[in-house]
Amino acid sequence: MGHSRQAIRAPATEAGVPALEVEGLIHDFGAIRALDDVAFANRAGDFTGLLGLNGAGKTTLYALITRLYSNRSGSIKIFGHDVRRQTSRALSLIGVVFQQPTLDLDLTIEQNLHYHAALHGLSWSEAQTRLEVELERSGLSERAHDKVRTLSGGQRRRVEIARALLHQPRLLLLDEPTVGLDVGSRHGILSHVRRLCREDGLAVLWATHLLDEVEEGDKVVVLHEGRVLATGGVPEVNRRAGARDIREAFTNLIGGLTET
Amino acid sequence: MTLTHYYRCFLGIVWREALRFFHQRERFVAALVRPLVWLLVFAAGFRAVLGVSIIPPYETYITYEVYITPGLIAMIQLFNGMQSSLSMVYDREMGSMRTLLVSPLPRWFLLVSKLLAGTAVSILQVYAFLAIAWFVTVTELIEIDVPVAGYFTVVPMLVVSGLMLGALGMLLSSWIKQLENFAGIMNFVIFPMFFASSALYPLWKMRESSEWLYYVSVSNPFTAAVEIIRHSLYGQVHWEYLAYALACGLLFLGLAVLGYDPGRSLITRKGAAPA
Repeated sequence: MGHSRQAIRAPATEAGVPALEVEGLIHDFGAIRALDDVAFANRAGDFTGLLGLNGAGKTTLYALITRLYSNRSGSIKIFGHDVRRQTSRALSLIGVVFQQPTLDLDLTIEQNLHYHAALHGLSWSEAQTRLEVELERSGLSERAHDKVRTLSGGQRRRVEIARALLHQPRLLLLDEPTVGLDVGSRHGILSHVRRLCREDGLAVLWATHLLDEVEEGDKVVVLHEGRVLATGGVPEVNRRAGARDIREAFTNLIGGLTET
Repeated sequence: MTLTHYYRCFLGIVWREALRFFHQRERFVAALVRPLVWLLVFAAGFRAVLGVSIIPPYETYITYEVYITPGLIAMIQLFNGMQSSLSMVYDREMGSMRTLLVSPLPRWFLLVSKLLAGTAVSILQVYAFLAIAWFVTVTELIEIDVPVAGYFTVVPMLVVSGLMLGALGMLLSSWIKQLENFAGIMNFVIFPMFFASSALYPLWKMRESSEWLYYVSVSNPFTAAVEIIRHSLYGQVHWEYLAYALACGLLFLGLAVLGYDPGRSLITRKGAAPA
């Protein structure tokens, strides 16, 4: 089912092109190397967990993909569009949920979403249609006219996800979206995003340090101290790390490295 | 991206700025109270001390309230410009600057739109101030003595000065790290600019006490803002200062856009907390 919808949305010419392709990415903050020769790819319909401890370089990577910073070396391509050379095209295909909350607390959910839609050039009526769809999917339709300040942490995250999807991006980036949420909200958001991935063929890059958010069928990228230690499907990464599950694999990978 | 996209994006930014303006009543009240205190208390007290002789654009002797009104208008815009720059720093921490910057439209366009939106808000504040000042004039408590036409002829100059001061704020927000508290801006930007200008006293008076301070004040961009507003209230144009204000505005804006350019790594250095 997911496959057929994805086929409709992706033009035939882009069929084999990865949603996100990162190659040879290096980034320094002064003398500190934040990212060192980072390379990986994910495809439409992939749920990819970007696994790393705090300080591994996840947020820096997101800032480079969204062009908050500029990459000096290496390349980042969104469906084949280089973010440096075809910035506008690349950005229009991305939806982002940043680590810090980015909603206007004094405005209503609907006002927040309208603002974002305008930034992406949607007309008012298009925006209204789209936001009704997305709020419906996130179960927040009844709260549309409430100020964001009155929402719980989990609900705010849902609004941010709905907002990131307004302009119908094909790659969704989330930076530690469940930090600070209780178990129930965490689970709710995770399954919501997985459903989007499955049903819409959305490519998802989900950064986290919480290993229990990864499932057997996911792809993972293990990032440690700015370097990619492993990429691939979960069973494959487990096997290569000589581990029974991803938690053990992760520990082996980063532990093995710190010992040497 | 077509022109329609640019237009919608621009409207969205202005709309949000207006919404925020109406939701932050304290900020609005503060923006009004400040110049009113200067006008009703400071100016009234100083009237006796300071006689202002006949200088352009005035054709007769004027009272001190009349003299400082344009300076207070410019002060409203100065505060507004600095405050929106502060909120940008705050926004960046809170991340909503990021929301703005991941829009597929070019960054210079997003920043210019934000600047225009901020300027529109500052003009609203100026008119609220003028309305109250006019009301007080009617009660004959004080007299600001602006001809009716002046309320209209001032608009283009308010746009120029609002853009220039807003661009300055944006420039500061992009280049300077320590903008976190408003006290710093008060001490290092607002006070020096306000006092070393023609807002409170005619510059020829300043020259009597200090030659170099006179030259500092003459070349202060804020003096340009004050003077173009002052002249336009009486239907005149101060061409030199208008040109100077435009030039400063363009320079500030250019540097601000440069400061927000991801390739220049300024944001990189600022966001240097690798997480």
